[in-house]
Amino acid sequence: MASTSISRRHFLVAGSTVTGSFVLGLPVFTIARAELADGTFGERQIGYFVEITPKGKVIIGSHQPEIGQGLRTALPMMVAEELDVEWHDVSIRQMPLGIVKTADGYGWKYGGQGVGGSTGLTSNWQFMRHVGAQARHQLIRAAAERLGVSSEACSTRPGYVVCDASNGEIAYADLVEDAAKLDMPEQAPPLKAMRDYRIIGTRRDTIDALDMVTGRSKFGLDTQVDGMRYAVIARSPILNGRVKSFDDAAARKVNGVLDVFTIEGPEPGEPYVILASGVAVVAASTWSAMQGRDALEIEWEPGPNADDSSERFWQENAAMLETTGQIVLDDGDFDAAMADADKVVSRRYEVPFVSHQPMEPQNCFARVEKDYCHIIAPTQMPAGASRAAAAVTGLPRENIRIDMTRVGGGFGRRLTNDYVAEVAMISKQTGWPIQLVWSREDDVKNDFYRPGGLHELRAGVDGDGTVTAWTQRLASGSKYYRRPNMPTENLWQAELYPDDFPRRIIDNFRLEYFHNAIGLPRGSWRAPAHTANAFVIESFLDELAVETGQDPLQLRLDLLGEERELEYDGHGGPTFNPGRVSRLLKFVAERIGYGEVRPAGTGVGIAGHFTFGGYAAHAFEVRVDERGELSIDRIVAAIDCGYAVHPNAVEAQLQGATVDGISVAMGQEITVHNGRVRQSNFHDYPLARITQIPTDFEAHVLNYDETPTGVGEVGIPPVAPALTNAIYAASGVRIRKLPIGDQLRKAMAI
Amino acid sequence: MTSFKVNGQTVTFDGDSETPLLWVLRDHLKLTGTKFSCGMGLCGACVVHLDGRAAASCRIPVATLESRSVTTIEGLAPGDDKLHAVQKAWIELDVAQCGYCQSGQIMAAVDFLERYPEPSDADIDANLSSMLCRCGTYVRIRKAIHRAAEIAREEGRRG
Ligand code: FES
Ligand code: FES
Repeated sequence: MASTSISRRHFLVAGSTVTGSFVLGLPVFTIARAELADGTFGERQIGYFVEITPKGKVIIGSHQPEIGQGLRTALPMMVAEELDVEWHDVSIRQMPLGIVKTADGYGWKYGGQGVGGSTGLTSNWQFMRHVGAQARHQLIRAAAERLGVSSEACSTRPGYVVCDASNGEIAYADLVEDAAKLDMPEQAPPLKAMRDYRIIGTRRDTIDALDMVTGRSKFGLDTQVDGMRYAVIARSPILNGRVKSFDDAAARKVNGVLDVFTIEGPEPGEPYVILASGVAVVAASTWSAMQGRDALEIEWEPGPNADDSSERFWQENAAMLETTGQIVLDDGDFDAAMADADKVVSRRYEVPFVSHQPMEPQNCFARVEKDYCHIIAPTQMPAGASRAAAAVTGLPRENIRIDMTRVGGGFGRRLTNDYVAEVAMISKQTGWPIQLVWSREDDVKNDFYRPGGLHELRAGVDGDGTVTAWTQRLASGSKYYRRPNMPTENLWQAELYPDDFPRRIIDNFRLEYFHNAIGLPRGSWRAPAHTANAFVIESFLDELAVETGQDPLQLRLDLLGEERELEYDGHGGPTFNPGRVSRLLKFVAERIGYGEVRPAGTGVGIAGHFTFGGYAAHAFEVRVDERGELSIDRIVAAIDCGYAVHPNAVEAQLQGATVDGISVAMGQEITVHNGRVRQSNFHDYPLARITQIPTDFEAHVLNYDETPTGVGEVGIPPVAPALTNAIYAASGVRIRKLPIGDQLRKAMAI
Repeated sequence: MTSFKVNGQTVTFDGDSETPLLWVLRDHLKLTGTKFSCGMGLCGACVVHLDGRAAASCRIPVATLESRSVTTIEGLAPGDDKLHAVQKAWIELDVAQCGYCQSGQIMAAVDFLERYPEPSDADIDANLSSMLCRCGTYVRIRKAIHRAAEIAREEGRRG
C-alpha cells in the first residue's frame, strides 16, 4: 500500500476499493478482526477520507459529529479546496467511530473523533487540507505518467488534471485506477496559498440543507430498526435517591407494555456512569412506555442529599466567603497593593446552576447481543459512547459499533454518554433492540448542570484610577465533583481559569476557591466556566468605572492595551492577545454609537472575552421603562476566530450564541428543594423567544490572520454582561444575580 | 378505530385513542420528520397542519382526528424540484443549525404566511413567539419568512 507521512500524528495511504474507487485516508495498522455477523464494519484497510469513484463522484468522509455547528460542511470544504473539485460534485458520508484493535490497545481509523471545547475545526484544519492536497497530487502524477510529461508540467482545474505543454486534459474519474496503484511520495505536497482559495472562506450551501427542510435528516430519535422496542426510565426524583420498591401491576396492564425492571444507579459520590437509579419500562411504542411509567408506584430511598436546597447552597457559599479558602494563584504582593490602594471596590455576583436543554431530548439506540453490540447515538463523544457500552456489556470495544446520527443540539450535554449506558443496560437485560427516549421533564431534572457559584471580586485602585490589585473569590459546586481520580485540591481548575484576563495585566492578582458539595450533577455547558467568569469580570469592570468616574469602554481599553501575546496555558492557548479584544470592543462600540446621547431609559452596554482561542465582543442597546419592562433594541456582535473557513456558518454560530446568552441571562435557573430539581419543562425553564431578539441585530465576522480558531463557544461569554451593563446604563439598576428574572420589575417598583 | 388522512393518504389507527398524533406519526407511520421535544405544547417542534392550520401534534389525541386531514413536513412539497416557498427561503438563507426544530418552524411559517402574505416583523413576533429554537436561529427565521413571502409573490406572478 502506498503511503506518505504528513505529520507525526497522521500518516496517509492510498488504495482502491473493490468497486474500483480511489481512496485516501489513514492506514489501519493491524488487520482488524474478522467480519462481524452482520458484516457492518465495512471498509477495513483504510480509514478513508476521500473517495473518487470511476464515475467521477467525490465522496468525502465526515468523521466528526454534527451538532449544528456545521462541521459536516466545513471539513469537506477543506478537502474539496485542495483536491480541486466543484463543490456541487461533492457528497458526504458520515463515518462511524473508527475503532480497531491493535497489538497494543486500540487504533483510530479516522484519528480523533469528538466535538467539545470548540476544537472540531481547528484540530482538523491541517489534516483535512493535506488529505485533499495529497489526493490531488496522486491524480496529477497518474496523469503525468499517462501523458509522458513530468508532474511539474501539470496542474488542475476543478475535476481535471491539465497539462498545457501537451494540451492534455484528463478527468479525475479516468485517473482513479492508476492513481490507486501509485506509491506515495516521501514529501507531502504543498498546500494552497490562502489567496488562491475558491471554496474555503466563501459561502457554500450547507450539506443536508435540503434534508433538513424536508424532514429527511435523521436525528438520534429517528432511528428505526426492525423489531425495535421503546424504553423510558422513571429516575429517582431525589438527588442520589434509590429505588426502594415498586409496584408495576398497573403499569404492566397498560396496552403495549412488555417489561418493567430496576436500573441500578451509581453510588453517591462515585463517578457517574449513568445519572440515577430508576425503573425501566419497555413497550411496543413510545406512548405505551410513557403511559406505563406514569402507572408505576415507586417508593424511593431518599439517600444522603434529600435535604439539599438552593437556599442552603447560597447560604453556605456566603458563609464560606467570610473565611479563607484555597489560594490557587497569588501573583505579586496582593495584600500590600490592597493596603496601599486609594480605593477598594468589592462586589458579589450570583451565577446559578443551568441546564442544557437541546431541542432533541436525550435518546439512544442499542442492540446488545452475546458477542456484539450496535449503538446508534446522537453524541458529541463517540469514543465515550464506546467506553460506556463496553462498561455495561463487558464486550471488547472492537465488538461494539458506534454510529453517529445528526444531533439535535449538543451544548456540552452530549459530551457525557450516560444515555448510552442506560440503553445498553436495557437492551442487555431484555435481549431486544431498544430505543431509549427521555422526555423533556427527564432532561430538565437529570442533567450535568453548569455549576452555580457566588463570586466576590475586589480591586484596589490608585488615585488616577489605575487598578493595582485584583482578586476573584469563588464558592461554587465544581464541575470536577465526582470525576474519577480527581483530588480535592484540583476542583477549582474547572471553575477559575488562571490565565484569563486580567491576569498578567494587573500585577497583584489572587484567585481563591471554596468548594460546595451540593448533590447536583455537573458538567460542561457551552463555554463552561467562561459564561460565569465573563459575566462577573465584565460586570465588575463596569462597576469599577462607575466607582472611579471612568468611562467603561476606556477603562477596558486602558487595561487591555496594545496587541501583544501573553502566555496562556489553559485550553485555547498557548497565548492570549488582549489587543484583539480591544479591536472588537472598539468595533462594536463604534457600530452601536457608543458615545451618543440617548433618551432617558435607554442605554448601551459592552463586553468582550477570549475563549478557546477565539475572541468576541458584544454591544447591547436596551430600554427599561418605569415598570421595569426590558426591551433589547439593538445588538452588535463581533467575532474574531482568526480565519473563518465558512463565514456564513461562523455568523450563524455568533447569532445563535447571542440568543443562547440572552436565554440564559434572562430566565434560566435550576433550583433544588428537598433534594429535588424544581424545574421540569420550558414553562419554568424558558428559552429566549423570537420576540426577545431585535431585528436590528448585526453579527460581524472579522478575520485576523490565517489560523482558524474555535467558534461554537466563543460568542456566548460576553452576552450576559453586555446586556446587564446596558440595563445599568438605561436604568441605574445593577444586576448582580443571574438570571435577570423579575429583578428589574421589583427594583423599579421601589 | 380512527381513520384520517396523512399527506393525502388514508390511514387508520386502532391503538389507545389517547395516543397523541405525534407518536402515531413517528412510531406507527414512521414519519419521523415531525419532532418530539417538550410533549406539552410549549415549543412547536411537533407542529403539523391539521385541516390546513398549524397545530402541535403532541397535544392532539388521535381519537379527535376522525375524517380529518393532516399534513406533515414530508408532505409539504410534492417533490424536491417543487419545494414550498418557505423551504426554498430556508435553504437560501441557511436557517437551520442543528435542524431539530426546523420542521415545526417551517410548518408554522407556512400557515402563518397563508394568513399574513405580507407580514411585518411585528406580525411575525406576535404569531410565532411560541416556536422555540435552542440554536437561536430566530434572526434568520425572520429574514427567511420575508424572503418566502417574496418568493411566493414571484411565483404567483409567474402563475
Ligand atoms: S413537542 Fe409538541 S409543542 Fe413541544
Ligand atoms: S436549529 Fe437547533 S433547535 Fe432550532
